[in-house]
Amino acid sequence: MCGIVGLFLKDKSLEPQLGSMLSEMLVCLTDRGPDSAGIAIYGSPEKNRGKITIQSPSPERDFANLDQEVAGKIGAPVAMTVKSTHAVLEIPADKVDTSRAAIAELRPDARVMGAGESIEIYKEVGLPGEVAKRFDLSKMAGSHGIGHTRMATESAVTTMGAHPFSTGPDQCLVHNGSLSNHNNIRRELKREGMTFETENDTEVAAAYLSHKIAGGMGLGEALESSLNDLDGFFTFVVGTKNGFGVVRDPIACKPAVMAETDRYVAFGSEYRALANLPGIEQARVWEPEPSTVYFWEH
Amino acid sequence: MPTSNLATVPVGVQADEARIVDLAEVTLRDLNRALHDPREVARDSAWEVLNPKGCHALAVGVDAPITVDVRGSVGYYCAGMNQSGTITVHGSAGPGVAENMMSGTVIVKGDASQYAGATGRGGLLVIEGNASSRCGISMKGIDIVVRGNVGHMSAFMAQSGNLVILGDAGDALGDSIYEARLFVRGQVKSLGADCIEKEMRPEHIGTVQDLLDRAGIADVKPEEFKRYGSARTLYNFNIDNADAY
Amino acid sequence: MTYHNPPTTPRTSATFDEYSMSEIRRAAATGIYDIRGSGAKRKVPHFDDLLFLGASISRYALEGYRERCDTSVVLGTRFAKKPIELKIPITIAGMSFGSLSGPAKEALGRGATLSGTSTTTGDGGMTEEERGHSEKLVYQVLPSRYGMNPRDLRRADAIEVVVGQGAKPGGGGMLLGQKISDRVAEMRTLPKGIDQRSACRHPDWTGPDDLEIKILEIREITDWEKPIYVKVGGARPYYDTALAVKAGADVVVLDGMQGGTAATQEVFIEHVGQPTLACIRPAVKALQDLGMHRKVQLIVSGGIRNGADVAKALALGADAVSIGTAALIALGDNDPRWESEYQMLGTKAGAYDDWHEGKDPAGITTQDPELMKRVDPVAAGRRLANYLKVMTLEAQTIARACGKNHVHNLEPEDLCALTIEAAAMAGVPLAGTDWVPGKSAF
Repeated sequence: MCGIVGLFLKDKSLEPQLGSMLSEMLVCLTDRGPDSAGIAIYGSPEKNRGKITIQSPSPERDFANLDQEVAGKIGAPVAMTVKSTHAVLEIPADKVDTSRAAIAELRPDARVMGAGESIEIYKEVGLPGEVAKRFDLSKMAGSHGIGHTRMATESAVTTMGAHPFSTGPDQCLVHNGSLSNHNNIRRELKREGMTFETENDTEVAAAYLSHKIAGGMGLGEALESSLNDLDGFFTFVVGTKNGFGVVRDPIACKPAVMAETDRYVAFGSEYRALANLPGIEQARVWEPEPSTVYFWEH
Repeated sequence: MPTSNLATVPVGVQADEARIVDLAEVTLRDLNRALHDPREVARDSAWEVLNPKGCHALAVGVDAPITVDVRGSVGYYCAGMNQSGTITVHGSAGPGVAENMMSGTVIVKGDASQYAGATGRGGLLVIEGNASSRCGISMKGIDIVVRGNVGHMSAFMAQSGNLVILGDAGDALGDSIYEARLFVRGQVKSLGADCIEKEMRPEHIGTVQDLLDRAGIADVKPEEFKRYGSARTLYNFNIDNADAY
Repeated sequence: MTYHNPPTTPRTSATFDEYSMSEIRRAAATGIYDIRGSGAKRKVPHFDDLLFLGASISRYALEGYRERCDTSVVLGTRFAKKPIELKIPITIAGMSFGSLSGPAKEALGRGATLSGTSTTTGDGGMTEEERGHSEKLVYQVLPSRYGMNPRDLRRADAIEVVVGQGAKPGGGGMLLGQKISDRVAEMRTLPKGIDQRSACRHPDWTGPDDLEIKILEIREITDWEKPIYVKVGGARPYYDTALAVKAGADVVVLDGMQGGTAATQEVFIEHVGQPTLACIRPAVKALQDLGMHRKVQLIVSGGIRNGADVAKALALGADAVSIGTAALIALGDNDPRWESEYQMLGTKAGAYDDWHEGKDPAGITTQDPELMKRVDPVAAGRRLANYLKVMTLEAQTIARACGKNHVHNLEPEDLCALTIEAAAMAGVPLAGTDWVPGKSAF
């Protein structure tokens, strides 16, 4: 139960403002989700560069010298940027998996929030405005991003229970609604080898899509198939390295508004999240249809 | 379309006479409190609200023959339970605009989100753009005119009143409908359980003409509409209709 | 001497018992599920499985009738400008006009007012009988929105957004055609004589984030004066209570599976939802975890019958209880004086639960003008007031025996349980031990 925002930029000149636009949208939906907030930002991918976002409840301890220690383990250079409880490690693209293993060994309390070529994920417990400030989200540049404010329903209010959930390379998902068969799906996915950090229904949806994509489906196809397999009420907004997708369940009673101009595609749980976007007065504004996959790609 | 075409707008009220309330400076609570205060609405019969920025519960519970012009888009439940007021949203409206309206007129210049006119009991709701899903859900006497299209499950369990749609209707129009009348000029994607097409009789032509007139729509003829309503097979339980429940 | 094989005694199945077989036959013959009122009838762990410890040497009792034991309760202290002050911690639950007759609604109002407590509308709007005779009236906002209007919203003393009820958490309603009289039809904007189907979700919101905005709208319409209650069925009491609080409720009403005067499918009543006893502690824990216990009040309903039930619910952390079925019985429902008429309906006094059919011999759950006359609203209201008074005295008696000068000072530690099940559900030790199943080792 929550607020979702998403922004996919078509006009490259807006990219330096992605973080400020998205965090303003996020703060608009504070009422819908006062428990925690999170954002995934896709920066420009660089050739042969991988990124891992990690989080630690004890950042001073866990992040100290972490770049050098990981570099030693993987035998390659590592650059690290620390923001509050999160750190982003930049490593050679072919070292993502070995780096994750190294981090798990070196810093057992740190959690990987997401990894890939361009994704960075920041999420924490607290009001969206505080979370945005803590990570200085408004300074971030990027090509697209999604954000979420959470009013927890059944699973715990924790950092790991905040959205977005990332369960595959450069993939992430946010959700508004409540799934009704996530426990069964989680069991099936576990049997298939997926691992889960939380009891959250949204993590199951994210893992479901990642599993389908790993099995060869495109994101659009995976979203189509989620309509058959996931039960309950949902509006999903998903991000990939190049793209941005939206789908609502067949009943579609959780709110969703989209706006498109020549410069961007935007998503908000409520119109007020979109109200301050440039040129919104002239934008095509509509509500996504039930059981319909919407997808934009760079 | 100028609002002065609407018969319900008091003659002689000019925009420049309106009392202006800027929500960038005044709280929603103060605005609604003023709109509920008999002395305030006796003094000022025309109100203009600036900077709504999608806020919720704007101009709810109005109970006086005033006009409220909202300059911009609104969030949930704008003009909820309106009684006698004429409330115009010069922008788009979020979910549940004019929910449970009793009387008066609500006009949305842009689009309306889901649940527009939900459970409305009277008055006229005009949506000049499109309405999303569940437009007129459980309507109980309200009249709704939508210039554009309506989304899925519109007029679900609609009990009474008229829903006039100049554009198309989405899936499951009029599902489990009671005695409300639905008039659609465009295509209906699918009809819901117990909703059927019915004959457009002279009195229905008259009803639609009247509603079009009241909505200030002159470029469309009532003969262009088809009528839909209840087959009344769900009115008393029969196990052979169980699939429809 | 001839030898006879000893006969086998005919054996009926515990699984296919008499009732189950009668249901199979009835379903096969009629093609419709059984619809009835009066909440779950199966035996479930209940307040009877709990006992108060009382005072002795370690605790000191209060003198009965002499040393004050307060029973007042204030509901809606969180946001409302005008909270509701009740003299007793027992309110009358929502039951619709339509389901109940006008005189029955009037009697509820009279009884509640005499006792200094509130009554509640239901799925059919507010009637003059009820408003006129209820000093404090809670107005329900239900998925159907029958009879909903801003005038009644403003002349209510509190507003209850009904998300669910104990009889059928997650289910809608059904009022059969026989009860849709002219007056009921008019109030509900329905054709006379048809079955009325009520939706299971609200028409204009779904989920706690939307509920928060709905509550804001109601507060704005009523200028933040009235307490806003949120009523949920006993489904997932911890989460539902927490989310009602997050959505802005002043009061949470929690209805266990024994509750529910509303007609619905027998299978729904008996197989969906949790017993009242099992719902209270998780709901109280949710309030405590949010720092809202006693700030957002909790009203518990479903199977409350006497002052001991009241005292036990309060000891487990509720601020008040609510009664529906018990109130109807006090008015005269299922009274043995109508035995011959109950038998003509194929049932007996004490078992009559086809409240939706409109043939109630006691004249309470009917719209039949002749049957309705059997309820004298003044006398029936007096009976309800007497009953409420007795329950209050009973609860006070117990509270005094536990040394409390206010019934709200009862605690879970004043209780023990007779069964392991009740001990686990109520979170109190099994009698004679300090074992709380699920919490401590035996």
